[in-house]
Amino acid sequence: MTLVKQAYLLLCKDLLLELRRRDSLLTMFFFGTLLLFVFHFAFDMPPDKVAELAPALLWLAFLFTGTLGLAQLFQAERDNHCLDGLLLSPLDRGALFLAKTGFNLMLMLAVEVVVIPLFWILFNLSGWNLLPQLFLVTLLGTVGFCVLGTITAAITLRARARELLLPLVLFPLMIPVILATIRCMEMVLKTGSFGDATPWLRLLLGFDVIFLTIGVLIFDWVIES
Amino acid sequence: MRHLAQSSNAVKKRKGILGGLALVAVATALCWSLLVAPPDAYQGEVQRIMYLHLPSILIAYLSYFLVFIGSGMYLWKREKKDDLLAHAAAELGVLFTVLTIIEGSIWGKPTWGVWWTWDARLTLMAILLLIYAGYLMLRSAIDDEQRAASAAAILGIIGFLDIPLIHMSVYWWRTLHQPPSILRPDKAPWENVHPAMLTALAISFAAFLLLYFYLLSLRYRVGEMRQEIKALRLEREV
Repeated sequence: MTLVKQAYLLLCKDLLLELRRRDSLLTMFFFGTLLLFVFHFAFDMPPDKVAELAPALLWLAFLFTGTLGLAQLFQAERDNHCLDGLLLSPLDRGALFLAKTGFNLMLMLAVEVVVIPLFWILFNLSGWNLLPQLFLVTLLGTVGFCVLGTITAAITLRARARELLLPLVLFPLMIPVILATIRCMEMVLKTGSFGDATPWLRLLLGFDVIFLTIGVLIFDWVIES
Repeated sequence: MRHLAQSSNAVKKRKGILGGLALVAVATALCWSLLVAPPDAYQGEVQRIMYLHLPSILIAYLSYFLVFIGSGMYLWKREKKDDLLAHAAAELGVLFTVLTIIEGSIWGKPTWGVWWTWDARLTLMAILLLIYAGYLMLRSAIDDEQRAASAAAILGIIGFLDIPLIHMSVYWWRTLHQPPSILRPDKAPWENVHPAMLTALAISFAAFLLLYFYLLSLRYRVGEMRQEIKALRLEREV
């Protein structure tokens, strides 16, 4: 119980800071939208062709915007030695992990909720009724991204050129999530249901659960370093 | 001091013996796989690269397993030697992964007609290479030694635990690689493979194992020496 409560309090702190400054959210949102424009210029093609590419393009956009958010994730703690202050308090490190993951998850979901419909509008796609299923897949994939992303953001915290190092370390580890989400979304767009893609959904769910558990367990070692 | 010199001499001797054994074993393995084992019925001479390819892959996996063990032990006990082991194993793992990919390409061009294809096993090897190259980069990007060791240890654990998931996902994604010809579910190995081939493979594997442990001990010693130099410098400054 204390773990959840501590995580909730930390999350509130981060949300309050973000609401006051709106640094990460605005940057991520505009970067995501900007990527859609870039994609549009890069792939000047009819809507039915774009629909085939939609899952891949959307996930590229999410990966890039997510990385942007992760690079900023511990910024508040880095400034003025706030991390030391946090670590001195009687705080479960797992709670810190949950709070940071939750915070990044909320930022990314906020961006995705806008970017996915915007993609449909900008590229004149049909099939609006499939969006709930796409959101479900995106949610599962984003949880996986944020869980591993928080761990890698924490271990690259003291590295030189950490913004560059973060995607280098994170992206290869994210291959299962990238493959699973894109295959699932393709299946949904093609057939209207998950159909043969349910093993991919299970893989995504497994990924989320495994690394969430590992994260809570090992974050003690991750952050004290 | 004298005791130290003696013990390091003993270690050197043991290492020399290991190196000699590895050299003899590699020579034997080469002779056996190039001269004694018959060429493959379908693939011809090019199949002989299997005697290098298969041991390289297994050694690479062994390396990543050692990274995992070393990382876990380091986080648990905080002893420098476990970190040195993990670092040495990661470097050798990357080396043998690169070797595996190069050997596979040389075999793939005449057999499949392409240097590279996005088959599940090839993709898996490439991803492993990226993960552990990232591991080495992360290490070198953190100045504080203890922090670098902890951060790398975390990545060593997560990366290893991620391998089954990556394996599963790329397998579902596509499989084109030729199915295993030695460990087949329907036949015992000695029924469908020429015994001389199996012997060549076994010798080759033993040779790679000896060579690997020799290289690992050398790389480990380099890490130790770096520690010693750092300590000596510190001493002199004080």
